[in-house]
Amino acid sequence: MIVINCPYCGQDRHEEELTYGGEAEIIRPVDPTTVSDETWTDYLYFRNNPKGIHHEQWCCSAGCGQWFKVARDTVSHAVLEVVTFDKRLSA
Amino acid sequence: MNYNVFNLLWQGLSGHKGWQQAWRSPEPKPRYDAVIIGGGGHGLATAYYLAREYGMTNIALLEKGWLGGGNTGRNTTNVRSDYMFPESAAIYDMALRLYETLGKDLNYNIMLSQRGWLTLIEDQHQMEGARHKANWLQCNGVDGEIIGAAQVAQMMPGLQMKGRYPVRGAFLQKRGGTIRHDAVAWGYARAADRLGVDIIQNCEVQGFEQENGRITAINTSRGRIETDRVGVAVAGHSGVIAEKAGFRLPITSHCLQAMVSEPVRPFLDHVVISPGTGVYINQTQKGEMVMGGVLDLYHSYGQRGNFPTIEKVITSAVEMFPAFSQMRLMRHWAGIVDISPDSSPILGQTPVENMYINCGWGTGGFKAIPAGGYMLAHSIATGRPHELAAPFGLNRFRDNRLVDEGAAAGIAH
Repeated sequence: MIVINCPYCGQDRHEEELTYGGEAEIIRPVDPTTVSDETWTDYLYFRNNPKGIHHEQWCCSAGCGQWFKVARDTVSHAVLEVVTFDKRLSA
Repeated sequence: MNYNVFNLLWQGLSGHKGWQQAWRSPEPKPRYDAVIIGGGGHGLATAYYLAREYGMTNIALLEKGWLGGGNTGRNTTNVRSDYMFPESAAIYDMALRLYETLGKDLNYNIMLSQRGWLTLIEDQHQMEGARHKANWLQCNGVDGEIIGAAQVAQMMPGLQMKGRYPVRGAFLQKRGGTIRHDAVAWGYARAADRLGVDIIQNCEVQGFEQENGRITAINTSRGRIETDRVGVAVAGHSGVIAEKAGFRLPITSHCLQAMVSEPVRPFLDHVVISPGTGVYINQTQKGEMVMGGVLDLYHSYGQRGNFPTIEKVITSAVEMFPAFSQMRLMRHWAGIVDISPDSSPILGQTPVENMYINCGWGTGGFKAIPAGGYMLAHSIATGRPHELAAPFGLNRFRDNRLVDEGAAAGIAH
């Protein structure tokens, strides 16, 4: 079971108390009408899907309700780094 | 050796000492006309149809572990074809029709049991949805009907009819049911091997050599193999192979778990899913209850279960069949499924010119094996998608022409 310490409220939350939000640091094109179809559909559908370290976002949904970023190993589920949403992951 | 009643009788009388190995274990050759990556159901079916329908026999199938050791041996063995959109219905029903004659085609008993696949209807909205779906299926020429609560209770005497989700009826596909999953892999493997396909196990793909956007050779843990064409059927690991070949897919990999109880006497004659709890159950020929539920919603390549999901599935199963509360769980397992944004498969051309893919079946890959294999074989042999595969190309995500079966057929993710 995945247990993550929320960087906002400081509590250990297990996966039932969290909501997964997919890949982190995806940026929506500011003006979709001016970007190419490729850039736009990259944003909509195409995702990194590594077997190994994945940068992702989680929400402390049964706790303080804040979104934060996590670096996690997708095979062992080891949580390697947790940062608040305004910071970048380094792992 | 063909399997038949006389052989069985003869072997039975002579102590079962004369059975031959079902397929060879050849050393990889330095070059093949085509190489298929992935020795699960889809890869093995691809090899078989490529040799049988398209006459390509100088081909190899590479499997990093053992045949059927991935999702083919880790599913809940269910088959059905009650998908809604005409594109999906065509391809899933083709799979079921091929399954219906597969035992004869392969000379291998796949133990197809068309015992009826019931989706319970638990409220007015589901009833309306079921009517909508029944109309679609009728237009698509696929069987499916709505039955009343009394008939459901008669078909499954152990089912709790008035629980948290009261049963108002069910959507029934009579041709749906179960198949012995390992037999599908082994049957295809034996038949492909007899047609001359080299099935190479314990052979992991480590990288590709490319020239002018084409793959020229594959580097594997058992040496370098040159080839003209590559087919990929690796389900949850599609992203890993795509990364090695230098492109991305709109696929995320998730863990899907299932579990099985100790064997008990015959109790459940059909396959049943409760949309309210998301849990589906069938009883194997051996007597075990096979139970599956929703997938883990986070990215995962961990082929193992976890307790929150087990708890959810077990509590829901007991809610559906209160008699199960006395049973013990025997084992549980997990496979890595490839989820696409519209819950429809991705078939055909990849950004690499001579590489073709078959992935994105998500939680429903097993039921689609014969069609998936046929489509990939067609792409490899002709360089073009089969007409049934054309709506499912990777380019649909660039053109925004999704086949949103996730919304249509109510797939639970």
